[in-house]
Amino acid sequence: MLILTCPCCHVTAEETEFHAGGEAHLTRIGPGGSEGEFESYLFMRQNPKGVHLERWRHVYGCGKWFHLARDTATLHVYGAYSAQTTAPPDHIRTAIKDRHPDWRWQGEVNQ
Amino acid sequence: MSETVTALKNARYSAGIAEISEIGPLGMITIRGDLDAPFVRKVAKKVAGVERPARGMCNSEGEAGIAWMSPDELLLFCPHVQVSEVLNRLHAAFEDTHTFAANVSGARAVFRVAGPRAREVLAKLAPVDLAPEKFTPGMFRRTRVGQVPAAIWLRGDGSFQLFCFRSVAQYMFDLLKAAAQPGSEVGYFQPTTEVNREKV
Repeated sequence: MLILTCPCCHVTAEETEFHAGGEAHLTRIGPGGSEGEFESYLFMRQNPKGVHLERWRHVYGCGKWFHLARDTATLHVYGAYSAQTTAPPDHIRTAIKDRHPDWRWQGEVNQ
Repeated sequence: MSETVTALKNARYSAGIAEISEIGPLGMITIRGDLDAPFVRKVAKKVAGVERPARGMCNSEGEAGIAWMSPDELLLFCPHVQVSEVLNRLHAAFEDTHTFAANVSGARAVFRVAGPRAREVLAKLAPVDLAPEKFTPGMFRRTRVGQVPAAIWLRGDGSFQLFCFRSVAQYMFDLLKAAAQPGSEVGYFQPTTEVNREKV
Protein backbone atom coordinates (compact mmCIF):
# COMPACT_ATOMS: atom_id res chain seq x y z
CA MET A 1 0.00 0.00 0.00
CA LEU A 2 1.20 3.50 -0.81
CA ILE A 3 1.44 6.13 1.90
CA LEU A 4 1.28 9.55 0.25
CA THR A 5 1.65 13.10 1.50
CA CYS A 6 -0.52 15.60 -0.32
CA PRO A 7 1.56 18.67 -1.25
CA CYS A 8 -1.56 20.87 -1.05
CA CYS A 9 -2.94 20.11 2.43
CA HIS A 10 0.17 18.31 3.79
CA VAL A 11 -1.90 15.39 5.07
CA THR A 12 -0.21 12.00 5.03
CA ALA A 13 -2.65 9.23 4.26
CA GLU A 14 -2.80 5.84 2.68
CA GLU A 15 -3.78 5.38 -0.93
CA THR A 16 -7.51 4.77 -0.47
CA GLU A 17 -7.90 8.44 0.40
CA PHE A 18 -6.45 9.33 -3.03
CA HIS A 19 -7.26 8.51 -6.62
CA ALA A 20 -4.75 7.91 -9.38
CA GLY A 21 -5.18 10.06 -12.48
CA GLY A 22 -2.81 8.42 -14.96
CA GLU A 23 0.46 9.43 -16.54
CA ALA A 24 1.72 12.96 -15.87
CA HIS A 25 3.09 15.64 -18.18
CA LEU A 26 1.23 14.67 -21.35
CA THR A 27 1.49 17.17 -24.17
CA ARG A 28 -1.94 17.97 -25.52
CA ILE A 29 -2.36 17.47 -29.25
CA GLY A 30 -5.09 19.71 -30.61
CA PRO A 31 -6.81 20.02 -34.01
CA GLY A 32 -3.46 20.94 -35.61
CA GLY A 33 -1.90 17.55 -34.86
CA SER A 34 -1.70 14.60 -37.21
CA GLU A 35 -3.96 11.58 -36.73
CA GLY A 36 -1.08 9.53 -35.39
CA GLU A 37 -0.08 12.19 -32.87
CA PHE A 38 -3.68 12.61 -31.75
CA GLU A 39 -4.15 8.87 -31.27
CA SER A 40 -0.94 8.74 -29.31
CA TYR A 41 -2.04 11.64 -27.10
CA LEU A 42 -5.38 9.98 -26.42
CA PHE A 43 -4.41 6.36 -25.97
CA MET A 44 -0.70 5.64 -25.82
CA ARG A 45 0.72 5.62 -22.29
CA GLN A 46 3.95 4.68 -20.62
CA ASN A 47 3.71 1.55 -18.49
CA PRO A 48 7.13 1.35 -16.91
CA LYS A 49 8.36 -1.16 -14.37
CA GLY A 50 10.23 1.28 -12.22
CA VAL A 51 10.16 5.07 -11.97
CA HIS A 52 6.88 6.61 -13.03
CA LEU A 53 5.47 10.14 -12.89
CA GLU A 54 1.73 10.23 -12.29
CA ARG A 55 -1.16 12.55 -11.57
CA TRP A 56 -3.06 11.93 -8.34
CA ARG A 57 -6.01 13.55 -6.65
CA HIS A 58 -6.61 13.82 -2.92
CA VAL A 59 -10.19 12.87 -3.55
CA TYR A 60 -11.43 12.25 0.01
CA GLY A 61 -9.36 15.07 1.47
CA CYS A 62 -8.71 18.54 0.12
CA GLY A 63 -9.81 17.55 -3.39
CA LYS A 64 -6.69 18.92 -5.09
CA TRP A 65 -4.68 17.38 -7.92
CA PHE A 66 -0.94 16.91 -7.61
CA HIS A 67 1.95 15.07 -9.23
CA LEU A 68 3.69 12.06 -7.76
CA ALA A 69 6.97 10.35 -8.60
CA ARG A 70 7.05 6.73 -7.49
CA ASP A 71 8.41 3.34 -8.38
CA THR A 72 5.78 0.97 -9.80
CA ALA A 73 7.75 -2.12 -8.78
CA THR A 74 8.87 -1.26 -5.23
CA LEU A 75 6.17 1.38 -4.46
CA HIS A 76 8.95 3.69 -3.27
CA VAL A 77 7.72 7.29 -3.33
CA TYR A 78 10.29 9.84 -4.53
CA GLY A 79 8.06 12.78 -3.77
CA ALA A 80 4.90 14.70 -4.56
CA TYR A 81 4.89 18.05 -6.30
CA SER A 82 2.56 20.74 -7.56
CA ALA A 83 0.07 20.05 -10.34
CA GLN A 84 0.84 23.50 -11.80
CA THR A 85 3.95 22.41 -13.64
CA THR A 86 4.75 20.76 -16.97
CA ALA A 87 7.98 19.07 -15.91
CA PRO A 88 9.25 17.37 -12.73
CA PRO A 89 11.09 19.89 -10.52
CA ASP A 90 14.78 19.53 -9.73
CA HIS A 91 14.39 18.13 -6.22
CA ILE A 92 12.26 15.28 -7.57
CA ARG A 93 14.76 14.51 -10.35
CA THR A 94 17.56 14.50 -7.81
CA ALA A 95 15.64 12.15 -5.52
CA ILE A 96 15.09 9.74 -8.41
CA LYS A 97 18.66 9.97 -9.72
CA ASP A 98 20.04 9.21 -6.25
CA ARG A 99 18.56 5.75 -6.65
CA HIS A 100 18.61 5.40 -10.42
CA PRO A 101 21.59 7.35 -11.80
CA ASP A 102 20.73 6.36 -15.38
CA TRP A 103 17.12 7.47 -15.22
CA ARG A 104 16.06 10.21 -17.60
CA TRP A 105 12.69 11.84 -17.79
CA GLN A 106 10.79 10.93 -20.95
CA GLY A 107 10.16 14.63 -21.70
CA GLU A 108 13.92 15.22 -21.65
CA VAL A 109 14.58 12.27 -23.93
CA ASN A 110 12.07 13.57 -26.46
CA GLN A 111 13.56 17.06 -26.55
CA MET B 1 -41.97 29.06 6.71
CA SER B 2 -41.36 25.32 6.47
CA GLU B 3 -40.05 23.37 9.40
CA THR B 4 -36.33 22.57 9.31
CA VAL B 5 -35.54 18.93 9.96
CA THR B 6 -32.23 17.12 9.91
CA ALA B 7 -31.72 14.01 7.79
CA LEU B 8 -32.38 11.54 10.61
CA LYS B 9 -34.46 13.74 12.92
CA ASN B 10 -31.69 13.73 15.54
CA ALA B 11 -31.48 9.94 15.83
CA ARG B 12 -29.49 8.63 18.79
CA TYR B 13 -27.75 5.41 19.67
CA SER B 14 -26.49 4.89 23.20
CA ALA B 15 -26.54 1.11 23.60
CA GLY B 16 -22.97 0.69 22.39
CA ILE B 17 -19.43 1.58 23.42
CA ALA B 18 -19.84 5.21 22.36
CA GLU B 19 -22.72 7.66 22.30
CA ILE B 20 -23.76 8.44 18.72
CA SER B 21 -26.20 11.19 17.91
CA GLU B 22 -27.19 13.14 14.88
CA ILE B 23 -27.03 16.79 15.84
CA GLY B 24 -28.36 19.90 14.26
CA PRO B 25 -29.81 21.60 12.45
CA LEU B 26 -26.50 23.40 12.23
CA GLY B 27 -25.93 26.42 10.02
CA MET B 28 -23.07 25.71 7.61
CA ILE B 29 -21.61 28.05 5.02
CA THR B 30 -18.87 27.21 2.54
CA ILE B 31 -16.41 29.99 1.76
CA ARG B 32 -14.05 29.60 -1.18
CA GLY B 33 -11.38 32.04 -2.18
CA ASP B 34 -7.95 33.25 -1.17
CA LEU B 35 -7.86 32.30 2.51
CA ASP B 36 -4.84 34.48 3.19
CA ALA B 37 -6.53 37.63 1.91
CA PRO B 38 -6.87 40.07 4.83
CA PHE B 39 -10.54 40.77 4.07
CA VAL B 40 -11.41 37.05 4.23
CA ARG B 41 -9.72 36.71 7.60
CA LYS B 42 -11.37 39.88 8.86
CA VAL B 43 -14.90 39.03 7.73
CA ALA B 44 -14.67 35.43 8.91
CA LYS B 45 -13.57 36.62 12.33
CA LYS B 46 -16.34 39.19 12.42
CA VAL B 47 -19.19 36.78 11.65
CA ALA B 48 -17.92 33.66 13.45
CA GLY B 49 -16.14 35.34 16.35
CA VAL B 50 -12.98 33.25 15.95
CA GLU B 51 -9.75 33.59 13.98
CA ARG B 52 -9.40 31.80 10.66
CA PRO B 53 -7.94 28.42 11.68
CA ALA B 54 -4.53 27.18 10.65
CA ARG B 55 -4.24 24.34 8.13
CA GLY B 56 -6.05 21.20 9.30
CA MET B 57 -7.64 22.89 12.29
CA CYS B 58 -11.01 24.15 13.46
CA ASN B 59 -11.65 27.10 15.76
CA SER B 60 -14.95 27.40 17.54
CA GLU B 61 -16.67 29.47 20.15
CA GLY B 62 -20.09 28.36 21.36
CA GLU B 63 -22.19 27.35 18.37
CA ALA B 64 -20.10 29.26 15.84
CA GLY B 65 -16.80 28.29 14.33
CA ILE B 66 -14.60 27.99 11.28
CA ALA B 67 -13.01 24.83 9.90
CA TRP B 68 -10.16 24.60 7.38
CA MET B 69 -11.35 22.41 4.51
CA SER B 70 -8.68 22.83 1.82
CA PRO B 71 -6.15 25.47 0.71
CA ASP B 72 -9.00 27.56 -0.72
CA GLU B 73 -12.01 26.49 1.30
CA LEU B 74 -13.43 27.15 4.75
CA LEU B 75 -16.54 25.80 6.43
CA LEU B 76 -18.14 28.36 8.67
CA PHE B 77 -20.79 27.25 11.11
CA CYS B 78 -23.30 29.22 13.11
CA PRO B 79 -26.73 28.71 14.71
CA HIS B 80 -29.14 27.58 11.99
CA VAL B 81 -31.49 30.54 12.45
CA GLN B 82 -28.66 32.98 11.69
CA VAL B 83 -27.60 31.46 8.36
CA SER B 84 -29.36 33.93 6.05
CA GLU B 85 -28.17 36.92 8.05
CA VAL B 86 -24.57 35.68 8.12
CA LEU B 87 -24.71 34.84 4.42
CA ASN B 88 -25.96 38.32 3.60
CA ARG B 89 -23.07 39.85 5.52
CA LEU B 90 -20.60 37.61 3.71
CA HIS B 91 -22.06 38.39 0.29
CA ALA B 92 -21.88 42.10 1.05
CA ALA B 93 -18.25 41.79 2.13
CA PHE B 94 -17.22 39.65 -0.83
CA GLU B 95 -19.16 41.65 -3.43
CA ASP B 96 -16.29 42.89 -5.58
CA THR B 97 -13.90 40.02 -5.00
CA HIS B 98 -13.34 36.57 -6.42
CA THR B 99 -14.70 34.94 -3.26
CA PHE B 100 -17.68 32.71 -2.86
CA ALA B 101 -20.03 31.93 0.02
CA ALA B 102 -22.90 29.44 -0.12
CA ASN B 103 -25.32 27.97 2.37
CA VAL B 104 -24.71 24.23 2.62
CA SER B 105 -26.66 23.62 5.84
CA GLY B 106 -29.22 21.44 4.09
CA ALA B 107 -26.60 19.50 2.15
CA ARG B 108 -24.78 18.09 5.16
CA ALA B 109 -25.51 15.83 8.11
CA VAL B 110 -23.63 16.22 11.37
CA PHE B 111 -22.99 13.54 13.98
CA ARG B 112 -21.53 13.56 17.44
CA VAL B 113 -19.54 10.56 18.65
CA ALA B 114 -18.85 10.86 22.36
CA GLY B 115 -17.49 8.79 25.18
CA PRO B 116 -14.15 7.28 26.16
CA ARG B 117 -14.27 4.85 23.19
CA ALA B 118 -15.12 7.47 20.57
CA ARG B 119 -11.58 7.38 19.13
CA GLU B 120 -11.79 3.65 18.73
CA VAL B 121 -15.11 3.79 16.92
CA LEU B 122 -13.76 6.23 14.34
CA ALA B 123 -10.40 4.52 14.03
CA LYS B 124 -12.24 1.41 12.84
CA LEU B 125 -13.76 3.37 9.98
CA ALA B 126 -11.29 6.00 8.76
CA PRO B 127 -7.71 5.67 7.44
CA VAL B 128 -6.50 8.29 9.92
CA ASP B 129 -4.01 8.00 12.77
CA LEU B 130 -6.31 8.73 15.69
CA ALA B 131 -3.76 8.03 18.44
CA PRO B 132 -4.31 10.57 21.26
CA GLU B 133 -0.86 12.10 20.75
CA LYS B 134 -1.37 12.41 16.97
CA PHE B 135 -4.97 13.55 16.64
CA THR B 136 -5.37 16.29 19.21
CA PRO B 137 -8.30 18.56 20.14
CA GLY B 138 -9.00 21.23 17.55
CA MET B 139 -7.82 19.12 14.62
CA PHE B 140 -10.13 18.84 11.64
CA ARG B 141 -9.51 16.16 9.05
CA ARG B 142 -11.33 15.47 5.80
CA THR B 143 -11.13 11.81 4.99
CA ARG B 144 -13.06 8.69 4.12
CA VAL B 145 -15.35 7.04 6.67
CA GLY B 146 -16.34 3.59 5.44
CA GLN B 147 -17.22 4.23 1.81
CA VAL B 148 -18.13 7.90 1.97
CA PRO B 149 -16.30 11.23 2.30
CA ALA B 150 -16.51 12.88 5.69
CA ALA B 151 -14.75 15.35 7.95
CA ILE B 152 -13.76 14.54 11.51
CA TRP B 153 -13.31 17.23 14.12
CA LEU B 154 -12.06 16.53 17.63
CA ARG B 155 -13.65 19.03 19.96
CA GLY B 156 -12.14 20.42 23.12
CA ASP B 157 -14.40 18.25 25.31
CA GLY B 158 -13.02 15.05 23.79
CA SER B 159 -16.05 14.28 21.62
CA PHE B 160 -15.86 13.99 17.84
CA GLN B 161 -18.05 15.92 15.45
CA LEU B 162 -18.44 14.31 12.08
CA PHE B 163 -19.70 15.99 8.90
CA CYS B 164 -20.91 14.11 5.83
CA PHE B 165 -23.27 14.60 2.92
CA ARG B 166 -26.91 14.50 3.92
CA SER B 167 -27.65 11.88 1.26
CA VAL B 168 -25.43 9.36 3.09
CA ALA B 169 -26.63 10.22 6.61
CA GLN B 170 -28.41 6.90 7.11
CA TYR B 171 -25.37 4.97 5.88
CA MET B 172 -23.13 6.94 8.23
CA PHE B 173 -25.43 6.38 11.22
CA ASP B 174 -25.65 2.63 10.54
CA LEU B 175 -21.89 2.46 10.08
CA LEU B 176 -21.21 4.27 13.35
CA LYS B 177 -23.72 2.05 15.13
CA ALA B 178 -22.02 -1.08 13.81
CA ALA B 179 -18.59 0.20 14.84
CA ALA B 180 -19.91 1.03 18.31
CA GLN B 181 -21.92 -2.12 18.91
CA PRO B 182 -21.75 -3.57 22.44
CA GLY B 183 -18.74 -5.76 23.09
CA SER B 184 -16.75 -4.35 20.17
CA GLU B 185 -14.06 -2.65 22.27
CA VAL B 186 -10.59 -3.05 20.79
CA GLY B 187 -8.69 -1.44 23.64
CA TYR B 188 -5.98 -0.08 21.37
CA PHE B 189 -6.11 3.45 22.70
CA GLN B 190 -6.10 4.18 26.40
CA PRO B 191 -9.65 5.28 27.23
CA THR B 192 -9.73 8.97 28.00
CA THR B 193 -9.87 9.37 31.74
CA GLU B 194 -10.68 12.56 33.57
CA VAL B 195 -6.97 13.04 34.22
CA ASN B 196 -6.08 12.74 30.54
CA ARG B 197 -8.85 15.09 29.62
CA GLU B 198 -7.52 17.77 31.93
CA LYS B 199 -4.11 17.56 30.29
CA VAL B 200 -5.46 18.52 26.86
